[in-house]
Amino acid sequence: MTAPAFARDRVGTTPLRPRRSKTLLIVMVVYAIYTLVPLVWLLVNSTKTQAGLFSSFGLWFSDDFAFWDNLVQTLTYNDGIFLRWLGNTLLYVVVGAGGATLLATLAGYGLAKYRFPGRRAVFAIVLGAVAVPGTALAVPTFLLFSQMGLTNTPWSVIIPSLISPFGLYLVWVYAADSVPTELLEAARMDGAGEFRTFFTISIRLLMPGIVTVLLFTVVATWNNYFLPLIMLSDPQWYPLTVGLNQWAAQAQGAGAQPIYNLVIMGSLLTIIPIVIAFLLLQRFWQSGLSAGSVKQ
Amino acid sequence: MKHMSGTRRRVAALAALGTVAALALAGCAGSSDTGGSGDSGAAASGSLDSIKAALEKGGEITYWSWTPSAEAQVAAFEKAYPKVKVKLVNAGTSNDQYTKLQNAIKAGSGGPDVAQIEYFALPQFELTDALFDLSAYGFGDLEDDYTASTWNSVTSGDKVYGLPQDSGPMALFYNKAVFDKYDLAVPTTWDEYVADAEKLHAADPSKYITSDIGDAGFTTSMIWQAGGHPFQVDGTNVKIDLQDAGSKKWTGTWNTLVSKGLVAPIAGWSDDWFKALGNGTIATLVTGAWMPGNLESGAPDASGDWRVAPMPTYDGQPASAENGGSAQAVMKQSKNPELAAGFLWWLNNSDESISVFLQSGGFPSTTKQLQADDFLNATPEYFGGQKINEVLADAANNVVTGWQYLPFQVYANSIFGDTAGQAYADKSDLNAGLLKWQSALVDYGNQQGFSVNK
Repeated sequence: MTAPAFARDRVGTTPLRPRRSKTLLIVMVVYAIYTLVPLVWLLVNSTKTQAGLFSSFGLWFSDDFAFWDNLVQTLTYNDGIFLRWLGNTLLYVVVGAGGATLLATLAGYGLAKYRFPGRRAVFAIVLGAVAVPGTALAVPTFLLFSQMGLTNTPWSVIIPSLISPFGLYLVWVYAADSVPTELLEAARMDGAGEFRTFFTISIRLLMPGIVTVLLFTVVATWNNYFLPLIMLSDPQWYPLTVGLNQWAAQAQGAGAQPIYNLVIMGSLLTIIPIVIAFLLLQRFWQSGLSAGSVKQ
Repeated sequence: MKHMSGTRRRVAALAALGTVAALALAGCAGSSDTGGSGDSGAAASGSLDSIKAALEKGGEITYWSWTPSAEAQVAAFEKAYPKVKVKLVNAGTSNDQYTKLQNAIKAGSGGPDVAQIEYFALPQFELTDALFDLSAYGFGDLEDDYTASTWNSVTSGDKVYGLPQDSGPMALFYNKAVFDKYDLAVPTTWDEYVADAEKLHAADPSKYITSDIGDAGFTTSMIWQAGGHPFQVDGTNVKIDLQDAGSKKWTGTWNTLVSKGLVAPIAGWSDDWFKALGNGTIATLVTGAWMPGNLESGAPDASGDWRVAPMPTYDGQPASAENGGSAQAVMKQSKNPELAAGFLWWLNNSDESISVFLQSGGFPSTTKQLQADDFLNATPEYFGGQKINEVLADAANNVVTGWQYLPFQVYANSIFGDTAGQAYADKSDLNAGLLKWQSALVDYGNQQGFSVNK
């Protein structure tokens, strides 16, 4: 007689119909507001003129609606330098983050699936690299690049971006669990070479992990600020982050030319691609996050 | 929005990790080693004539500046000297640019030929031997073209390290609409200024006489006006005394304003600040003569409200100080210092270039322009048709002489907020704050190889 009651009880707590928690709901609502308010602020204020920004309440619209005007001004200010910065950012992301993902995938897979001398040393170096703060190495990196004549070129941003120890580590862990060694052995038995095995079998199994790494590196490169700030002195090579900061700095000192309205519109335009990338890639990311959590 | 620049900084990890790749690639890229060991300036003997010849001969130079008129000035220059190509780069404003400049100096290459450097930062670059001594080209003869205080800022003995671009003799900018509404008299002494501050804030607690959350540039200028000499530099021997008579005179006045909460806690140059200048929250500004253009562009709502008066003093006798302002200097790294000097000479000494500079709202450092009739008689509408340049040019003549900045003033200013700035936040004694700043500066200076207070 107790069995049906037990069954009914269970229905209430299955993942399909979770129990409602008021505390959790409140926490999530507060968190959602906390995350969304800056975005709302950005959207609202992108409709204001420079004068409107100063004379109206921050979280509501002012009388003049200058969204399109701001958009045109942002894209054309200073001979359209914003578009140049956008192009630079795309270049750094495609080459830098794309290359970082490729290298991390190859290296992570190799370390996970092949036994060779020095593996443990590589492991230690990778973990160590994750732990070293970038700021500590910024000036040495600059001096090194300067000696090679690479500062103030796109390479000075791209080359450091190519390395993602965290991504490597993630692929390593993911490959260890999601690519069964038996499968690789079976492929070898059937006469497939290592490259063919990798590109036809392993890479498919690794895909969620690869996309996760791609997402991480894309976000990191898109938001990269400190590295290009010290490496580049010519605005022609700035990415959006450094460029927008330079626009914001125009409001300072003698001869100040505040263009806050363009800084805000520029910031809005800057986050749109990254929001889109996140929405498109997030399902991969979710599966990537749970990778290795359950041992099959 | 103010924090925008800060939030991005965390993403620095990749910079570090890149060194591994860089090392790996060094092998491939080794051949591109520029190895430009600059023996430039070895044959630096010449005169103004030789640099004029260099201008006719032509060449290419790089110029770092964030001055708004730089682009128009460079365009005018290239028109006058078609054989010279100037690559104008805005490498950042003030500190951002100095960091890059310092990096390039340390690296031995990558810097510009000519750079904009503010007066307070010049000694730092002078002392690190980064600047070209222009007396070799006879620039010493240009002394009479500039105001005494700006010329003093770009020279050290017989050596000339740059040419002044602009100047910032201080004056009192006040919002007449606010002064009329609350029946305030324009102060001529600092006591009257404090009295106005109290009256205004009592009448309307949302209004303040001015704003200050601790600004190193403002503080040093105020001590300058009070006759203080807190920094005395002789080679590598440095004396720092932020409790000398002048410093104490200033804290005597400013302590009252800060401790009673009579200055608005608004950071200068922030969006809040521009807003407060536009809507009357901040009733006065004691600042450099380059301010009018900034008010017009940053606080257009207050058009017609602002006026200019001489800076209040302690005894009623006219006295002013310099605040802000930049020079342009030729870097030692320059491979063509003769041409760079030629460009600099045209940039900051020719009527053509200076008139472009003035059109964008700059304030000159050249005596000829300061005395010109159409300059003195200008009646900008923003200032209700007042002949503001008469007041400002007068201030230039009343700058107290003998001021020196530290040879590490860029660093000093960067830690002002962490030391003396605390006193503003707690509304506590500014003297204690200045002493905290002083002890940090003494330590730093000694660590850097100076002999400070020894």
